[in-house]
Amino acid sequence: MKAEGRVFKYGDNVDTDVIIPARYLNSSDPAELATHCMEDIDKEFVNKVQKGDIIVANKNFGCGSSREHAPIAIKAAGVSCVIAETFARIFYRNSINIGLPIIECPEAAKGIDAGDDVEVDFDSGMIYNKTKGTEFKGQAFPEFMQKIIKAEGLVNYINANTTK
Amino acid sequence: MGMTMTQKILAAAAGLEKVEAGQLIEAELDLVLGNDITSPVAIHEMDKMTVDTVFDKDKVALVMDHFIPNKDIKSAQHCKCVREFACKHDITNYFDVGEMGIEHALLPEKGLTVAGDVIIGADSHTCTYGALGAFSTGVGSTDMAAGMATGKAWFKVPSAIKFNIVGKPAKWVSGKDVILHIIGMIGVDGALYKSMEFTGEGIKNLSMDDRFTIANMAIEAGGKNGIFPVDDVAMTYMKEHSKREWKVFEADEDAVYDEEYTIDLSTLRPTIAFPHLPENTKTIDEITENVKIDQVVIGSCTNGRIDDLRIAAEILADNKVKKGIRCIVIPATQKIYLQAMEEGLLKIFIEAGAVVSTPTCGPCLGGYMGILAENERCVSTTNRNFVGRMGHVDSEIYLASPAVAAASAVTGKISSPEELGL
Repeated sequence: MKAEGRVFKYGDNVDTDVIIPARYLNSSDPAELATHCMEDIDKEFVNKVQKGDIIVANKNFGCGSSREHAPIAIKAAGVSCVIAETFARIFYRNSINIGLPIIECPEAAKGIDAGDDVEVDFDSGMIYNKTKGTEFKGQAFPEFMQKIIKAEGLVNYINANTTK
Repeated sequence: MGMTMTQKILAAAAGLEKVEAGQLIEAELDLVLGNDITSPVAIHEMDKMTVDTVFDKDKVALVMDHFIPNKDIKSAQHCKCVREFACKHDITNYFDVGEMGIEHALLPEKGLTVAGDVIIGADSHTCTYGALGAFSTGVGSTDMAAGMATGKAWFKVPSAIKFNIVGKPAKWVSGKDVILHIIGMIGVDGALYKSMEFTGEGIKNLSMDDRFTIANMAIEAGGKNGIFPVDDVAMTYMKEHSKREWKVFEADEDAVYDEEYTIDLSTLRPTIAFPHLPENTKTIDEITENVKIDQVVIGSCTNGRIDDLRIAAEILADNKVKKGIRCIVIPATQKIYLQAMEEGLLKIFIEAGAVVSTPTCGPCLGGYMGILAENERCVSTTNRNFVGRMGHVDSEIYLASPAVAAASAVTGKISSPEELGL
């Protein structure tokens, strides 16, 4: 599985309130949430984002509220992968559980700029910055999480392992 | 190598003799929690599962607290979805208007969370119950759905940071100052993926409500959970509130911690987190400028308990809210509301010029009941001061204790009660 796209770059501690402000949490419709994705940190994001694009950020991406609406909005906006130096733990779990690919890689977070064309190979964990001609090795998922990712989320994983 | 308190609870819940940091385990759950924002997403996910009943109707708690009484049609639809689910599955612990309270104040009060429990909640402040010696942590809606269906959850066993609490706090210093001080010291990701284990002789000087406040904000340092030892104060609270049996776990003497800090309560000062991160802390003495404010909020899962209201009332008893300042007081549960009424606290608030609201999370997350306009500033006893958290993207939130919040309502700027001669 691979992803390739243009990069939107953000800094430290991007919280789930700016990813999807609570004023829109009276909806749980992914398409509607996507229209407000990143609104309080980058008003132009929803106008510019194209299917396959990649978000790159520094440390503690997705901190704050446990709202699953945050990774749902990012995924529904068309983002194919989020790369960060570190992720807040609930956002990390939520992303795996809903099937939004994420990778921790401090070197990539430093070596990738906004607008770069980046390719990610999820099987090998390799991240290629095609604009700059550089490559990075991301943190591989433990086997258990890989199973959830391969099942495309926790619900499918549980269904596959439960008999009615 | 010994285990931390958290590791011992997780080992027992996973049926293992021993666990170590980094190990992936599957643990049995004692309670699965959701609210009116996160539960509809979980219910939708559960609909996709082959399992069509909840694992135990007594071990699921659904608390309508964020946008209710319904703030708009969409919120009403969400609550309706949860209400119908609760009815269909005969959920014992479903709390709607009239019975509801802010979830993390309500569940301990109802006796649903006790020492030794393993609890997940689709709300980041689920870590609050660590105050009673439980392992509790926030998750998302899909984890909640899986928890409701299977009664189990997967965890990566966390390593821990130990906070050795010593000394006794001064008059206007409370749990909020302790946790803001700690977050200021270690940062908003200082405990990322880790347990924050509080220990030491100073804990006896922290009330149960102080401990709830401290454990509640472990997530604001990135922590997986915050946890306190089970002492007489905790046992008295559980005896008063719960019929359930609890189990006391203690860290091994040779438990290994990533870091250890000593917090001397006697040296702490009223502490305020400036915009836009809980780690941007200053003590009241370090604030040299006049930070003029427009609104004060006293409430939330962090600071809406009876101790918090008593402190605020003590300050507002002989003072008035400054003209032009909106002071919103929100008792966290119906029981606290009633208690505040019986103790005469509500009268004090109203006569001082504050408004008293039914329990709701509303203003804390910019939902309703106190949204900020452009360039407005709020001193709030809530837990997050992120950009736009309480309203306009160009508004500002200053996190503080109930004492500082009440004093600031009187002066119209960030103030300590000491400024009022108290």
